[in-house]
Amino acid sequence: MLTYIVRRLVTAALILLGASFLVYLLTAASGDPLAELRASNAPNREQLMEARSNLLDLDTPAPIRYFKWLAGASQCLIPFAGTCDLGRNTANQPITDALGHALVQTLTLVTAATVLAILVGITLGIITALRQYSTLDYGVTFMAFLFFSLPIFWVAVLLKEFGAIGFNNFLRNPEIPLPAAIGIGGVLGIVAAIVAGGDTRRRVLTGGIVFAVVTALLIYFSVTLWFKTPGLGPVVIAIAGVGLAYAVTLLTAGLKNRKALQSALIAVGVGVVAYFAIQPLLNQATFLMIVLLAIATVLVGVAIGYFVGGYDRGQSMRAAALTSFLVGFLILLDRFMQAWPTYFDNSRVRGRPIATIGATTPNIEGDFWVLSLDSFTHLILPTSALILISLAGYTRFTRASMLEIMNMDYIRTARAKGLSERTVVMRHAFRNALIPIATIVAFDIGALIGGAVITERVFSVRGMGFLFFDGIEHVDPNPVMGVFVCVAITAMAFNLIADLAYSALDPRVRVKA
Amino acid sequence: MAEQASLKHPPAAGIEPIIEAKGLSQGQIVRKRFLGHAGAIVGLIVFALILVAAFSSVGYAGIPGWWKYDHEEVSPLVNDGVPTASLFPLAWGEHPFGQDRIGRDLFAMTMRGAQQSITIMVVIGLIAGLIGVIVGALSGYFRGWVEAILMRLTDVIIIIPALLLAAVMGQIAGNRDDGNWLSAFTSNNAVLALGIFLGLVSWVGLARLMRGEFLSLREREFVDAARISGASNARIIFKHILPNAVGVLIVNVTLTMSAAILTETALSYLGVGVKSPDTSLGLLISQNQEAFSTRPWLFWYPGVFIVLICLSINFIGDGLRDAFDPRQKKFNAKKAKDTGAPMAPEKTPVAAMDGTAADGSAAGGTRGA
Repeated sequence: MLTYIVRRLVTAALILLGASFLVYLLTAASGDPLAELRASNAPNREQLMEARSNLLDLDTPAPIRYFKWLAGASQCLIPFAGTCDLGRNTANQPITDALGHALVQTLTLVTAATVLAILVGITLGIITALRQYSTLDYGVTFMAFLFFSLPIFWVAVLLKEFGAIGFNNFLRNPEIPLPAAIGIGGVLGIVAAIVAGGDTRRRVLTGGIVFAVVTALLIYFSVTLWFKTPGLGPVVIAIAGVGLAYAVTLLTAGLKNRKALQSALIAVGVGVVAYFAIQPLLNQATFLMIVLLAIATVLVGVAIGYFVGGYDRGQSMRAAALTSFLVGFLILLDRFMQAWPTYFDNSRVRGRPIATIGATTPNIEGDFWVLSLDSFTHLILPTSALILISLAGYTRFTRASMLEIMNMDYIRTARAKGLSERTVVMRHAFRNALIPIATIVAFDIGALIGGAVITERVFSVRGMGFLFFDGIEHVDPNPVMGVFVCVAITAMAFNLIADLAYSALDPRVRVKA
Repeated sequence: MAEQASLKHPPAAGIEPIIEAKGLSQGQIVRKRFLGHAGAIVGLIVFALILVAAFSSVGYAGIPGWWKYDHEEVSPLVNDGVPTASLFPLAWGEHPFGQDRIGRDLFAMTMRGAQQSITIMVVIGLIAGLIGVIVGALSGYFRGWVEAILMRLTDVIIIIPALLLAAVMGQIAGNRDDGNWLSAFTSNNAVLALGIFLGLVSWVGLARLMRGEFLSLREREFVDAARISGASNARIIFKHILPNAVGVLIVNVTLTMSAAILTETALSYLGVGVKSPDTSLGLLISQNQEAFSTRPWLFWYPGVFIVLICLSINFIGDGLRDAFDPRQKKFNAKKAKDTGAPMAPEKTPVAAMDGTAADGSAAGGTRGA
């Protein structure tokens, strides 16, 4: 095991050396770094060119410059010495600083998108695998192929046009005309009927209920101008909480486990009480406080499950913890909605909240809620574009993996010994189907930092992709090398982690020592 | 006797009649399965239509086409460039897809762009397939130091970003006056050169897959038999092992090609792929995205063509995968459950998704970005 890891690390280091040498030479050969200055007619042109040549050290041939760069970069290997030197970019900013900023930007952009895409993709994959060759399966498969074929820059422009400009126009006067409300309700009703499954009666019933509820809700929103002053309120939180409690119990323990259902419902009750108790505290919220509250919520849920007990304490604890976490999320959502009018009328936002470019509104001021809403409205478009594009892969992969598992002998054994379908799917099949998915996820997290060159460009986010492209445009190897080294190291590390995780999760697979 | 009796029984519930039993050759079985895949057939027809339209309308390589304009020709604006094609009444008109701001015909530009995309796709598919097969076959068959060197080379190339290579190629193509043959070639055949460059980096995923196939196939009995009867290494590789790996190869070349289209359009969009005055679908979108509110058609038509080409290729690939995978049976879980019939094996995730997963990295991260 140890020999294997050491061998992998040594090869990785050698590959990194070779590839970085190639990348440096390629970048240096990719153009004339003085081209833009040559074309300018500034009076001090010669001086500028002189300065740029000195800055980029153009008198030295590229292979030798690479070794100079390597000497600086190798100091990064000494921990805590602070002597890390990756060179400077054409604006004379140290690359290490620029990388720090870019990394934060990229991670905020990509993390939410990846996590959501993984969650939704795996869920869809499992559902389609369980209902192979149904209308739902064909529909999702077609959508997966369609999304897989979409160029991201095209999706991004469409989202900007309809998601941002269109929605902002709608918010100016948030009234939904009756035909539109019925139309949206109808579409969602049909989707619900397809998703519901079962016999025709059940499908029609589900579709009908969803159609009626959605249409009524939209009319209510339109009449009360809900989108101007959105909010949930304790009643909606309580109703939604009870629904969540049932759903969570159904998935984690099964509705037959009364103790688990009880603890989930108690968690909802505690949540509604906490809703009133916590409002003054939330007015002075900080990010750290929200994190602490989230942890506290989960702990309270675990405690509820523990005290309710029952023949299987673990299941009650799991159900209660999940439910209380979700109810806590609803309370948070409600508080964000309360802050919405303040944000909407902010002098910097001027009633057009959904932004098309950048990562924050310049010079915006406000409390935690307003600032969070601001980054949320900036992130929503790039995040949805990224989710659409990466969803397809996870869905197809999970479906294939789940189908293979469902045909295994041990699944038949589990059914034969009389386990409920829920236990078979959630405990026996799902967990095993996750093994190959775990490796894919590890690969993707490794590729996260490489981020999204095109998405960042379309939405003008100054992240890693921006830095990389900037380096290529200025024929400046330093930013390119900085990004490349970060991306390559994380990618290789996560490749190794993926391989180790696979052998840890699946004992049949051994790593070669 | 028992066999005959079981043959007369109706086929097991949920499983289609086993066509292999009719004594068809491997090629016939594959063809039959492929033709039975509705999505793949629709994809094939759509792709064929686009192919014919793109290459015949504006002409290719000096041969004139049937369309009256070409992608660089400026004509007076008709009705401010609004598309003249309509369904009710069915009409084609002077400028079916409309015109851009200076009066170039969008139909001609889109067709020219589709030509470029398809050309690049085919070039990438051929080059990546060829190199991938050779590298994968050599490293999988000979193992030892050949494998070590080739696979480390693959590792190095897999982490070099495609964007960088495209920028380098653009630079070489820009130096028209250098006088060396490389810059002369790239500046005269920019699209072909871009395809070749991208092909030279997108073979890595294929090479890894082919190596895996060769690693498992070289241990099989028929390879031992061939070796004992005195076949040379080359003969074993090309006549005995390669035909058995051809399914995986074809499927993944298709998927590489569909990823290649997106890579090309993305690079053109970023300004390092196909450059003006020549045109490509990605470049058209990049040039016209600001005009979305005033001339939306300039944005819609090229985008729809990218999606159509890519989607049809993906469906063809899916059909090929179903056709080539011998473990794949049409299997209906519901029917099987109703009658309690034995379950048929389904396709494995390796066969199902490896191609696409590998392509993501093969495209140098441009896909998904």
